[in-house]
Amino acid sequence: MKPATNVRAYRGFFGITLLCLFILYAPLVVVTVYSFNDSRSITVWEGMSLRWYADVFVGPESGKFKEAAFNSFTIALVAATVATAIAVTSATAIVRAGRFRLRMPSLGLITLPIMVPEIVLAVATLIFFNSIGISRGYLTILIAHIAFCIPFAYLPVQARMQGLEDTFEQAAMDLYATRFQAFRRVLLPLMIPGIISGFLLAFIVSLDDFIITNFVKGAGVETLPTAIFGSVKQGIKPNIMAISTMLLGVSVIMVAISYFAAKWDNTK
Amino acid sequence: MSQVAEIAVDVQNAVKRYGDFTALKSISLGVYHNEFFTLLGPSGCGKTTLLRMIAGFEDVTEGAIFLFGTEIDALPPNKRPVNTVFQNYALFPHMTVLENASFGLEMLGKSRAEAKARAGEMLELVQLSQFASRKPAQLSGGQQQRVALARALAPSPKVLLLDEPLSALDLKLRKAMQIELKHIQRETGITFIFVTHDQEEALTMSDRIAVMSAGELQQLGAPREIYEHPQNRFVADFIGETNLIEVTISEVADGRAKCRIGGGHVIECDAPGQASGSACLSVRPERMVLSAGNASGIAVPARVVENIFVGTDIATWLKVDGGPEISVRISNSARSTIFEPGANVFVNFEAGAARLLMD
Amino acid sequence: MAGGGVQKGRGPVSETYAPVRYPLLVPAWAVLLVFVAAPVAMMLVYSFLTKEFRGGVIWEFSLAAYDQFFFDRGLFGDEPPRIEWTYITIFWRSIWQAGLATLLSLLIGFPTAYFIATRPKDTRAIWVFLITIPYWVNLLIRTVSMRFLLREQGPLNDTLLALGVLDEPLRLINTNLAVQLGLFYSYLPFMVLPIYAAVERYNFTYSEAAADLYATKWATLRRVVLPAVKPGVIAGCILVFVPSLGAFLAPDLLGGAKNFMIGSLIEEQFKGNAGNWPFGAAASMILLTLVLIALLVATSLQRRAEGPR
Repeated sequence: MKPATNVRAYRGFFGITLLCLFILYAPLVVVTVYSFNDSRSITVWEGMSLRWYADVFVGPESGKFKEAAFNSFTIALVAATVATAIAVTSATAIVRAGRFRLRMPSLGLITLPIMVPEIVLAVATLIFFNSIGISRGYLTILIAHIAFCIPFAYLPVQARMQGLEDTFEQAAMDLYATRFQAFRRVLLPLMIPGIISGFLLAFIVSLDDFIITNFVKGAGVETLPTAIFGSVKQGIKPNIMAISTMLLGVSVIMVAISYFAAKWDNTK
Repeated sequence: MSQVAEIAVDVQNAVKRYGDFTALKSISLGVYHNEFFTLLGPSGCGKTTLLRMIAGFEDVTEGAIFLFGTEIDALPPNKRPVNTVFQNYALFPHMTVLENASFGLEMLGKSRAEAKARAGEMLELVQLSQFASRKPAQLSGGQQQRVALARALAPSPKVLLLDEPLSALDLKLRKAMQIELKHIQRETGITFIFVTHDQEEALTMSDRIAVMSAGELQQLGAPREIYEHPQNRFVADFIGETNLIEVTISEVADGRAKCRIGGGHVIECDAPGQASGSACLSVRPERMVLSAGNASGIAVPARVVENIFVGTDIATWLKVDGGPEISVRISNSARSTIFEPGANVFVNFEAGAARLLMD
Repeated sequence: MAGGGVQKGRGPVSETYAPVRYPLLVPAWAVLLVFVAAPVAMMLVYSFLTKEFRGGVIWEFSLAAYDQFFFDRGLFGDEPPRIEWTYITIFWRSIWQAGLATLLSLLIGFPTAYFIATRPKDTRAIWVFLITIPYWVNLLIRTVSMRFLLREQGPLNDTLLALGVLDEPLRLINTNLAVQLGLFYSYLPFMVLPIYAAVERYNFTYSEAAADLYATKWATLRRVVLPAVKPGVIAGCILVFVPSLGAFLAPDLLGGAKNFMIGSLIEEQFKGNAGNWPFGAAASMILLTLVLIALLVATSLQRRAEGPR
């Protein structure tokens, strides 16, 4: 391909793409590198060390971080599981149950949590729990996370279901399967890549959340983001960079799984 | 076929409407037991809709469908003893070939062993036993087609529905599968209802054909009957090649009509009951011959426009004096005379070769 | 946009599960009505209540929250009302910051998306993957990393000083630019992905036709490519603008007190005893209204860009 005759190529776009990737990755790389810094100060480089990773697990703040990590991961696991289950049933109703009056309103309701700004949803949820007299804690965080994770679990599930022709289930019912058997034996297995993507997205969104959690958590219960935020307010310390790097690793693993789930087309 | 033909599927005044759109306008037809029955028509004519109504994937807006005397139109597809071979096969991609073929029997409550055994027999019937443990994606199009057939036959349906099952195959494979399908139909003795838009395929395979257009049944009959005696202009035009010549009927007597072609030439041919006014004459290109002089029978003067070589035949396009353009097929052999463009000739045909169509 | 492409108008929709459609929807309706819709309605109610001094509300109707937002009636509330600029300024600054962040994302995101979409098919997925990875990384961690990078004694300044590009360190932290960079960094993938999808669908024969008719490259881009991919551009802009408008972390961690945005204003009303819940609810309602307006404008622009089909 000679550039002179290629009407698609624009000079400079490649450079901007590299700049874009640089901006996206530079902060992450810097934090990862400095998490291995042996120094107590974050400004001076004093050689490689794992001391801040050790500090996260056995240091003075380790108890707080372990509890926060436990909260974060259990909440993300439960919230993503429940949200994905709800996403699958509602996608079946919206993609596979014909037209009906409540179809578009249902879709609107399901996507509502991503249309409303997060801070507004946080305020609304806080006010709601306060007005019905539920005291804030682990349970309120969990409920709020289930609610706002639903659209994130829903969209990949819906996309996958729309990509699957309904002749598979029709063939199953033609071969004497009941509606439930057609769902269980044919639709659900074919949905697995979409379900994995939806679950992972919901999981990461729950793990990621700071604002809503910060509003509904109440005193004493922390998740990793609220614990990190509280710590950062007093200045960035090296142990925070170690935690960040570990969380970054978790994200990269998740994104890799999701990438392969998306590529995995079990209809072929 | 049995002496007193039993009716397998009886469609009575079936109507299908989607909102304001009417896909089927009151269709009635009966399919005999053990018959290879074809629904033929261009896309959008309603043939697939009718098939899906028999299978149970579409509700019947009005009318009724009976299967061996039992009304089935209110039953869900899994309660109807009919099976479908889908256009894109719809083989379950996450199951092996054998699991696909035994699915129906398992759903009917047969034990896994029994279902697998019967499925194995069916795979043998379609000569795919050695592929039993493969996934559908590992098979060729023709093989997938046969798995779909085995899967639909395994539960021994009372009627097998086939929705354009050969359309995804290339020409050569399609011809082979046509013969194989016909063979399997004879061997199993199951009633086949076959949907296609390919008139040649329909003529080759069917015991009877229902020609459909715009949601209506145009003609129902054996292939030869439909080809030789089309009832209307649509059927004449859709089945095979034909010349449709606009004529004016000047006189009808003793079941014979005198028809005037545009330029003034008059042809006499058999007339249907209500013949009068303007009509249309259908003459197949292969039923006409060309000659230099005035021969016996019907002879229409015309001028040769062009000769087109089409392999076995030569298609000669002619302009009838003061009338339409027509085509005549001359067999490509040493004995045939080919007239050069510009030559004045006579187009000869038997009176029986022309069919007068009122609509 | 968020409808995710469910068939709306014509065309058949599969009816396999039609008889059980309502049971299937019960869980979603139950959770979302109770824990999303009802709370938003409750927030609207709270914005019309009287504030309790130690946080919370007194159940007495009052317009005080909205009045406080728009009008200044003096220290004792007895002076003739004047326009109160404090909160309007914060909102205006938020709109402005979010707008600049969106513009920055567009300027960098469009060429990136275009470049990726014109890669050979087999390498395209890798580029898209590279753009999406940061989105999966915790937003707080990304913002903290940005803060660390931009600090006065941070790696950016160190590098630039060492290279001799600068004589004295740049003061980036606690500036508007830092907030814009943070917002840009937070939501850039949302800009790239819809534009990428649009460019990928674009038929490059149009570009060839334009070039054939003597258009320069930039004329082709402006007059042929851009109009064709406009719906994607609008979707990208709205996906960056809306979350930027209500963002909390980037302004809080990168902007500092001088560069207060809506998110921080609202958050402050619910912290400890100093807060004012009705005022926070009212500010949230105003933010929600702004977002709805932005969505409506985007939808109508998009409809116009797509033209009659």
